Amino acid sequence: MSEPETVVNITVNGRPVQAAPGEWVIAAAERAGVYIPHFCYHPRMKSVGMCRMCIVDIDTGRGPALQPSCMVAVSEGMVVDTASEQTRKAQDGVLEFLLLNHPLDCPVCDKGGECPLQDQTMAYGPGESRFVEEKRHYEKPIPVNSLVYLDRERCILCDRCTRFADEVAGDPLITFQDRGDQTQVNTFPDLPFSSYFSGNTVQICPVGALTAVPYRFKARPWDLAEVESTYPNPMGDRVVVQASRDQVLRYQGVDSDAVNWGWLTDKDRFAFEAAASDLRLAAPLVRGTPLGQPDHSGRELVEATWGQALGRAADAIQSAVADKGPQSVAVLGGARLTNEDQYAWARLAKGVIGTDHVDAQLDDGLPADAVLGLPRATVNRACSPGGTVILLAPDPKEEQGTLYLRLRHAVANDGVQLIELTPRATGLSRLASFRLHHRPGEAAAVAAALVGGDTEAAADGDIGGVPAAAVAAAAAAIADRADQPVTVVLGRPSLAESADFTVAAADELARFANLLSAGGRPGIAFLPVLHRGNVMGALDMGLAPGLLPGRISLADGGPVLAEAWGSVPTASGAGARGILQAAAEGRVEVLILLGADPLGDFPDQKLAAEALDGAGTIVASDLFLNPSALRAHVVFPAAGFAERQGTHTNLEGRITSQRQVVTPPGTARADWAIAAGLAGRLGADFGFGAAEDVWDEISRVAPSHRGLVLEAIDAADDGVVATDSSISFAPPRPATPVPPVDAYSLRLVAARRMYDRGTLVQHAPSLAGLASPAVLALNPYDFDRVGVEPGADVRVISSAGEMDTPVVADPGVPRGTAAFGYNHPDRDARDLVDPEAVVTDLRVQTR
Amino acid sequence: MARLNPGSLAIAQEIISRYPVARSALIPLLHLAQEQDGHVTEEAMAHIAELVGVTPAEVMGTCSFYEMLKREPVGEYMVNICNGISCHLLGSSELIHHAEATLGVRPGGTTDDGKITLEAVECIAACTEAPCLQVNYRYRNRVSTADFDQLVDDLRAGTAGVAPHGKLAKVRQHIGDERRAGVAVPDGQAQPAWLARNPTDAESGS
Repeated sequence: MSEPETVVNITVNGRPVQAAPGEWVIAAAERAGVYIPHFCYHPRMKSVGMCRMCIVDIDTGRGPALQPSCMVAVSEGMVVDTASEQTRKAQDGVLEFLLLNHPLDCPVCDKGGECPLQDQTMAYGPGESRFVEEKRHYEKPIPVNSLVYLDRERCILCDRCTRFADEVAGDPLITFQDRGDQTQVNTFPDLPFSSYFSGNTVQICPVGALTAVPYRFKARPWDLAEVESTYPNPMGDRVVVQASRDQVLRYQGVDSDAVNWGWLTDKDRFAFEAAASDLRLAAPLVRGTPLGQPDHSGRELVEATWGQALGRAADAIQSAVADKGPQSVAVLGGARLTNEDQYAWARLAKGVIGTDHVDAQLDDGLPADAVLGLPRATVNRACSPGGTVILLAPDPKEEQGTLYLRLRHAVANDGVQLIELTPRATGLSRLASFRLHHRPGEAAAVAAALVGGDTEAAADGDIGGVPAAAVAAAAAAIADRADQPVTVVLGRPSLAESADFTVAAADELARFANLLSAGGRPGIAFLPVLHRGNVMGALDMGLAPGLLPGRISLADGGPVLAEAWGSVPTASGAGARGILQAAAEGRVEVLILLGADPLGDFPDQKLAAEALDGAGTIVASDLFLNPSALRAHVVFPAAGFAERQGTHTNLEGRITSQRQVVTPPGTARADWAIAAGLAGRLGADFGFGAAEDVWDEISRVAPSHRGLVLEAIDAADDGVVATDSSISFAPPRPATPVPPVDAYSLRLVAARRMYDRGTLVQHAPSLAGLASPAVLALNPYDFDRVGVEPGADVRVISSAGEMDTPVVADPGVPRGTAAFGYNHPDRDARDLVDPEAVVTDLRVQTR
Repeated sequence: MARLNPGSLAIAQEIISRYPVARSALIPLLHLAQEQDGHVTEEAMAHIAELVGVTPAEVMGTCSFYEMLKREPVGEYMVNICNGISCHLLGSSELIHHAEATLGVRPGGTTDDGKITLEAVECIAACTEAPCLQVNYRYRNRVSTADFDQLVDDLRAGTAGVAPHGKLAKVRQHIGDERRAGVAVPDGQAQPAWLARNPTDAESGS
């Protein structure tokens, strides 16, 4: 048997070029440095040959002929000429056609200066127009949704936005309408392009037809200063940050092969508005009198100097340590900071103050050992053709937008089989091979059956609410593809159930390791998805109880870090819940909040309120004066994204750089500098002069990051994935039992949606209106049993509280389950979730 | 007049059941909606989208592509006068002018009594019979101005023998179970259903 052909030899403009079998001519030429002009072709979408701009002379032995290079695959011996007279004439002609109806309103068009149509007309097109007839006219920009305007006169019908909506996002809500010279892109009347990904169509539009409302008429491309950076979301999307006059005006996705493929969610793309909010903190605040004099018991926050604020915080910490010991200081938050910020705060808390009561997650994530102790996958591994993905996580479409796009592409195009192990349908359900929608809290039983193959033992043909036959079929499908990678996307599918259930399910799936890794197979790995931008960096940098920077436990890493730091805590501390409980009981003298808002963000709001009442001194470092920071005694204004240098760690453990392009508001500082300033007042000199110095220390001190220098991270196209970990996964055993659900109740699933009460969304004017109050969703067949009508206003009662809400039918919610939104404005699942219980059951009544 | 009524819905379900993939039924369902209301309403498009599992925008994209699917109310009778080259050479322009004068509407317009919508169309593939026109897609060949006036009188009197706009016989087509495409996974050895119904000469002869 001969080896399959792996290289196709072609000639492009007289130079030999090696291409991959099946590669389009346009892609092979571009790789070889020969740019072929095009509009409709996009490397991340299917070719359609709509615009005809890429036609070039292609000779496959029958003489040169004009063919669209985005629709012709390379073949052995092919000769391509992109500069022939015939090609040039064709390009000129195509451009003349494309310009027939194009308004040439470039001077008032946002795209002017970065417009492919403009650029290519200059480079390849006719110098003058022969067209004297009337061009077609449409109403100037119409909104396709609240974020994107469409000017149909400028449109050249390249099919990029409509293909993106259909193929990539899976929201085909804009289509070509009418035909011939009347063809236009439009939505259905009164049905907007309500996609989470609509901003990408603006980025890929090759003309000025689609423009983003937040950027319209804000700047000219040649006035923009830009840097490549990493958006601080868990996926670590690669972006270009563009600013003018010291203000960020736009993010554009960067096509990173390993991460986001150039896509961004609208939430991330337009969140830059929040950074420019008038409500940003610009100066330190301390408690004071109405006359502006600092006074610890003052009722108001008044502006202070950095010296006063740092001194106030340092004094509080010093006296707390002196009176009650280091364990009376606690640190919450930090999951949205850079790795450098996190390291500096970790060193301050654990190395200088000596407390291990540190937690970056607010009791809504997973234990650090489940993230750092299980074999870790990359996104590319999860998306590798022919593999299997088990989704044991919240809906990626709602929480991890670009991961959703990657997974969607893999399942739709690359034969990846998706097995949903979730309590309700997700954005990927339509494409999933198996939808194992279990009763809330019972994922572990299904996972055990998947691994153990013990599906016939179920007496009533039902495992955790899933038909045993479906579980058996999924188990067989996994076994069939055991020679390909199996990847578990691991997160909290519902915030109304204990994290223990997810951990237990992960524990069961981890048993696959033995079955699937035999004989050199790729085996199983886990891709943890957690909430908050740099939560993975926070775990890596030791912002969790019992951890030290470099993915090492307090016990194992103590001696290593003590050498660098001088000392480390002797005993493991408490997590977020424990910290708040201690604060509520008056055992926390100083509570430090790092971009954390327990009042708004902690699942148990009653406990959060008691904790802030009970804490001695509250020190907050934040971008905004959130409800918790408003209760603080000292508030430091922090520099945000694009206002400081640093690095970011994504859900794969991939480390990439973030860069500064604008100055922070007022005197705001990077968090590492705040931590270092506090450390200085506490008698420890960190010696940090810049973020690079902090990373330098991390790469010397943190075991998993040792030797990982910034130059190497920046030199790699997609950053560097840190793989070492000395944490071992230690799930609680025996697993927490799930209480049975009674016949009159529905078990609650509470999950976040993309637009919620989050700080950035609420401070970005374009996004704030997209967050809506939650509504209760039931399976259509449950209405009779519960005795209410779809669309009715009902009263929902749980052991934690009650609430009035509309109820809607949703076939994606399994029978016996009720779905409600978490962290929504006005109506929020948090008021129903019982923080003491492992699951929450609801009764629904008519009002 | 909006979504599909119960009668249309029953037919729609039957049409959808003919296809292995529901969205394949899109165009027949658009005809059905047009038959119901005389034109395809937005509500009907949204209903069809629900029935076949696509978005309303996709239904709109398909519906708006086809000239014969009307999205605005039209008269009871569509009179489409061909203005292709053969018809043009044999006097269709004059015929169109005559029609405009007679009916008092421009091409695309509907008479005040709601009976007739006039359209000038491109070649309808009856060049040997030029000038020709269609009434609700039924041909009238070698039409003179006098023929046209007679046709208009017949249409208004209801004696032309033409069904109102939207009545297309294909929607009523009944497909017997034995002729259904079937969605069975092809088996290498199995004889396809169409071959079983139409044995080849070689097989039937031997």
